[in-house]
Amino acid sequence: MTSKSTSPRRRQQPPIALVILAVAGIAVFIVPLIGLLARTPWRDLPALLTSDVVVDALRISFIASIGATAISAVLGVPLAWLLARVEFPGRSIVRGLVVLPLVLPPVVGGAALLFALGRRGIIGGPLHQMTGLVLPFSIWGVVIAATFVAMPFLVITVEGALRNLDPRFEGAAATLGAGRWTVLRRVTLPMIGPSLAAGLALAWARALGEFGATITFAGNLQGRTQTLPLAVFVALETDRGAAVALSLIMVVISLTVLIVLRERWWRPL
Amino acid sequence: MKRIRGLTVTLVAASLAAAACASPGAHGEVLVSTASSLADAFEALEVAFEAADPEVNVVLNLDGSSALREQILAGAPVDVFASADPANMDAIVAAGDTDGEALVFAGNRLEIAVPAGNPAAVAGLEEFARADLLIGLCAVGVPCGDYGRQALEKAGVVPSVDTDEPNVRALLTKIEAGELDAGIVYVTDVIALNGRVEGIVIPDEQNVLTEYQIATIADGPNPAGSTAFVNFVLSPEGRSILEEYGFVAP
Repeated sequence: MTSKSTSPRRRQQPPIALVILAVAGIAVFIVPLIGLLARTPWRDLPALLTSDVVVDALRISFIASIGATAISAVLGVPLAWLLARVEFPGRSIVRGLVVLPLVLPPVVGGAALLFALGRRGIIGGPLHQMTGLVLPFSIWGVVIAATFVAMPFLVITVEGALRNLDPRFEGAAATLGAGRWTVLRRVTLPMIGPSLAAGLALAWARALGEFGATITFAGNLQGRTQTLPLAVFVALETDRGAAVALSLIMVVISLTVLIVLRERWWRPL
Repeated sequence: MKRIRGLTVTLVAASLAAAACASPGAHGEVLVSTASSLADAFEALEVAFEAADPEVNVVLNLDGSSALREQILAGAPVDVFASADPANMDAIVAAGDTDGEALVFAGNRLEIAVPAGNPAAVAGLEEFARADLLIGLCAVGVPCGDYGRQALEKAGVVPSVDTDEPNVRALLTKIEAGELDAGIVYVTDVIALNGRVEGIVIPDEQNVLTEYQIATIADGPNPAGSTAFVNFVLSPEGRSILEEYGFVAP
C-alpha cells in the first residue's frame, strides 16, 4: 500500500531541458521496439510462428527456464535463508559470489561452466568417467547455464524479504509451541510469499532470456539445445523473418512478466 | 594496430575518422570487415600495410561472413569486406553496396579438426555419422558450415551433429577444449592453432576448394584508403603473407 501524497506543493512547470532529455530517454526504449515492429512480416507471421525452428526453440526454452527456476527455488531459498539468518565467517564473500553472475558477462560464465562441468572439466571429467554423462550439448547443459544466471535473482529477492521480516512473528509462533519446521512452513514462507513469487518470476524471465552462457556451454542444436535467444541469433543471418517472429515472442513474454509484476515495480514507492 | 570486435566502437571510430579526413588520399582509418577464418593472416597484412603506409590505420572487424554481411546491409560504415565465400559477397554486390566487382584473392581447403592426441581416434568424415561421438559444425549460412556440409555430402555422410557453432573460431575453441571429438574447419585454422588441435586430411574427392572475395564498399568513409588496402592484399607481397598462413592462390 502506498501512502497518499499530502504535500502542499503546487504543480509547477517542469524545466523544458529536463523534459527534452527525459523524452530522449524514453526514445532509447521505444525506438528499438518500433524497429522490430516495422520489420515484422505480419502476413507470414502465423506460418513463421508454427515453423519447426520456432516450435522447437519454444519447447527447449520452456523446459530449460522452468527447470532452472525449479532448481533455483530448491537450492536458492535455503541459501537465501542461510544468508539472511545465520552468522557465519565469510558470509559477505558467499553473498558476493552469489551476486557475481548478475554482473559477470554470461559468456564468461559459460566458459567457466565448460571448464568445470565439461567432459574434460574438474567435475565433469570424473562425472563422465563414472556415469558416462556429458552435460554440454545436452538439455542439462542448457538448464545448468540458465540456473547459473537466474538463481541470483531469486536469492537476493528472498534474502531481502527475510531480512525485512520482523522476527517477532516467528518468535511468537515458537512460543506458542510451533516447531521450527512448522514456523518456516506456516509463518515464514507465507509472509515472504509475494517476494518469493517475484523472485521466481525474475529468475524465470532471466533464464528464458539467457544467451551467452548457453551457447558457450551447451552449444546450439535445433531441438536439443537451441533456445529462443539462440534461434534468434542464428536466424538473423539465415532467415530474418523467423528472427523477427522469435523476437516478437520474446517481447510479448517479457511484457507479460512485467505486467504480472507491476504491483511490485510500477507503483511509485 | 587496434583490433576492435564491437561494432558500436568501430561505428563511432569510423565516423570520427571520416570527419577528420578532409582531403582525399590514402590516410586515416580503414574499417575492414574480415571473415573469422582470415583473422591471423589479416592481422599480419594490417601490420605490413601500416608499416609501408603509416598514414593509414587499418581496423579489423572480425566475425562470421554472414554476420558481417548483415552489418553492411544494415548500413554499417565499412570500407572493405573480405568474405569467406561468394554467397555472402554476392548478397552485398546484389544490394549495390560494393564499388564494382568483388575479386577473388585467396583459396582454402577444409580439414577435420580434433583435440590434440585425437582421443576419439577419428580417421575421416565417415565417422561424423557416429552418434556416440560429439560432433560440431559451423551453423548453416556461415561459410564454414555450408562448405562443411558440402564435403559431407560429397563423402555421402549424414552427420550426427551435436552443435551448430556461430563461427569457425567458436567451433575450434570447443574442439581445443576437448569438449567436441571432431569438427570441420579450414586447413589454415589448424595451422594457426599450432598444435593445440590436430588436423586430419580430407581427401581431394571429398574436399571443397573455398574462395575468398574482397571488395571495397560503396560510400565507405575512406575510399582512397580502402582502395590502397585492397590493392595491397592483391599485390605479390600481400599474396605471400596469405600463403604464409596456409591460404592458396585463387
